[in-house]
Amino acid sequence: MGDNKNKLSRREFLTAAGIGAATCVASAAAISPLLKLTNKFSLEEFLQKNYRELTPEDKKRIFKRLEREISKKYGVKAKISDPPPLKGVKYAMVINVGRCIGCRKCVYACMKENNNSRSPQVQYIRVMRMEKGKIDLETAVHDYPESEAGQTDKYWYMPVQCHQCEDPPCVKVCPVSATWKEPDGIVVVDYNWCIGCRYCLAACPYYGRRFNWAEPQIPKNELNPDMAYLSNRPRYKGNAEKCTFCLQRTRNGRYTACVEACPTGARKFGNLLDAESEVRKIIDKERVFILKEELNTIPKMYYVFSKA
Amino acid sequence: MINLISKFTKVLINGNKYYILWVTFLLVLVLIGLHAYSRQLIYGLYTTGMGDEVSWGFYIANFAFLVGMAAAAVMIVIPVYIFKDKDVKKIVIFAELFAIAAVIMCLSFVLIDLGRIDRMWHLIPIIGIFHWPESMLTWDVIVLNGYLFINIFVCFYFLYKKYHNQEPKTWIYLSVVFLSIIWAPSIHTVTAFLFQGLGGRPFWHSPLIAPRFLSSAFSAGPAFILIVLILLDKFKAIHISEHTIKRIRQIVTICLLINIFFFFSEVFADLYMPTSHSINLAFLLGVKGKSILTPWIRLSVALSIIAAIMFLTPKLMKNNVFVVIACILTDIGIWLEKGLGFVIPGFIPTPLGDFVQYKPTFNEVLITISVWAGGLLLYTILVKIALPIINGEIRKE
Ligand code: SF4
Ligand code: SF4
Repeated sequence: MGDNKNKLSRREFLTAAGIGAATCVASAAAISPLLKLTNKFSLEEFLQKNYRELTPEDKKRIFKRLEREISKKYGVKAKISDPPPLKGVKYAMVINVGRCIGCRKCVYACMKENNNSRSPQVQYIRVMRMEKGKIDLETAVHDYPESEAGQTDKYWYMPVQCHQCEDPPCVKVCPVSATWKEPDGIVVVDYNWCIGCRYCLAACPYYGRRFNWAEPQIPKNELNPDMAYLSNRPRYKGNAEKCTFCLQRTRNGRYTACVEACPTGARKFGNLLDAESEVRKIIDKERVFILKEELNTIPKMYYVFSKA
Repeated sequence: MINLISKFTKVLINGNKYYILWVTFLLVLVLIGLHAYSRQLIYGLYTTGMGDEVSWGFYIANFAFLVGMAAAAVMIVIPVYIFKDKDVKKIVIFAELFAIAAVIMCLSFVLIDLGRIDRMWHLIPIIGIFHWPESMLTWDVIVLNGYLFINIFVCFYFLYKKYHNQEPKTWIYLSVVFLSIIWAPSIHTVTAFLFQGLGGRPFWHSPLIAPRFLSSAFSAGPAFILIVLILLDKFKAIHISEHTIKRIRQIVTICLLINIFFFFSEVFADLYMPTSHSINLAFLLGVKGKSILTPWIRLSVALSIIAAIMFLTPKLMKNNVFVVIACILTDIGIWLEKGLGFVIPGFIPTPLGDFVQYKPTFNEVLITISVWAGGLLLYTILVKIALPIINGEIRKE
């Protein structure tokens, strides 16, 4: 009898087996949506290392693969480059809020240049509209209608985007070092290394980071085929991204898309280390201010009130 | 081995009708959540109510709450070894089993919140990149896994010895238990630091966050264990003395009072002379603007105060029904405080002053419920197996 006490009876055995089988079947049914998984699993992509650990050969191979994938998906011949940071350069931007008319031309030029998702829409720049006499973000409005741009008698407008902090909180908090500051001061994200924890979104004091909540969508004919690995190549679902000062352009001696698009010349861009650069001259001569200076992240985005 | 499996299978499939109903109920919830999570995997976190503004929501909120619950198991352990409280000793195992289930729930909440769970291996030291010591999240990975490991060891060792009809060796048991006592506060301290360290979020950037995590955890956790013990006693699974109940009740009461005090201290500092940094709290409490969280946080304060009054009324505490009610109020109150009143309001307004509202989606709620159901299911199974071993009904022949 003592022996039997511990043995499963026939009925108990069948019960246990039945419960086990039913649970398996039900679990399979529960995870059935996974059948819709369209993206094929690629072992190569899965095992890809962090950008900063890649050898030149690795990079060549990976860029080729990405170009192939992008060309196939969008039907456009894509070119992925990897322009290195220039020596003796630290980029900075100055925004003249005395000139900004809040037209949001920069917002859309940026989105196009950088292949941001259009649906859901991802914008790097947010233009804050403030009442005259106030510098108060809490009463500022960012979703004013198109028709209320340019009312410079009543309001003033302040565009905000990533401030390319010298001491970036977003970089500090990232658990896997998927984001870092390049030698020219640009903070970048490796879209293939980010695990999507969004700690960086919580840490950024300037609302500079965005997340791909869904699979990014870009109409085929709107894709900008001229891309860099660390900036405007198409992103993935579930990873973080941000403004990169258009490094695909600026490291090749061009202006950022927002600077080019601004109809009033409110945006200036250049090398902070070059005493003759436009940005340095403004910073040296004008009364510039830094947003949330007390947080001490040392932004490289300066604001200036100037009619000139 | 086969013998052992069949013994435990026997224990697991035989139970009264409440047990069967309870387990089936939890299992169904888990499966529903699994389905919801599959949808989230396919369509992305777009299926949640989160966005670039409120970028952490229900998942991380529940995580913050459960970290406290997991750590609170030690509150039961401390009196046993410091006050040599023989009576509480018997029940430590139930608290530690709960710690295991709670840490597993915590880890699940973090995992389901990831945008790219397939890249999880990037977090593993050596093969990935572990951004330690800079990132507080890496600290959290260490302390949570360490705590899980310690508690698994303690429980396994204790039950193994009991099963083999031996007393656990005091020095092994004690040293690991002491390790877990030292370790436990670290898991919610680190979790509090995760938020507290962010200079750009004034609502979290307060030195009182870590102490508040401790006080809320040390009232909510033991309150939950007390409910479990009174229920087990009622179903005659174990016997709990009045003395034990009183001891745990005292822990809950003191911590609850401290927690309420901390809350008002923070409210006072922020609202007596409101600065621009008080805006999150003012919005949350409904002093300024209209937040959909306001009624919930007010309810949370009310529940905590009612529970505290109940605990402080000796007449009520003579009846265990009221003890259980007070414990339930405590747990709901603190869940509301940590769940809705801590993580989410840190994002509102955004750093650019945007007063967004956050509401979890149906899918998100289903997933959240299923993590809870999974944790409770695990706890039920662990307790179900542990009970006959502790009561000496299952032994190695
Ligand atoms: S503004 Fe935000 S995203 Fe940009 S570097 Fe600073 S912390 Fe990072
Ligand atoms: S979301 Fe990506 S980049 Fe941001 S902290 Fe997490 S892993 Fe790093």
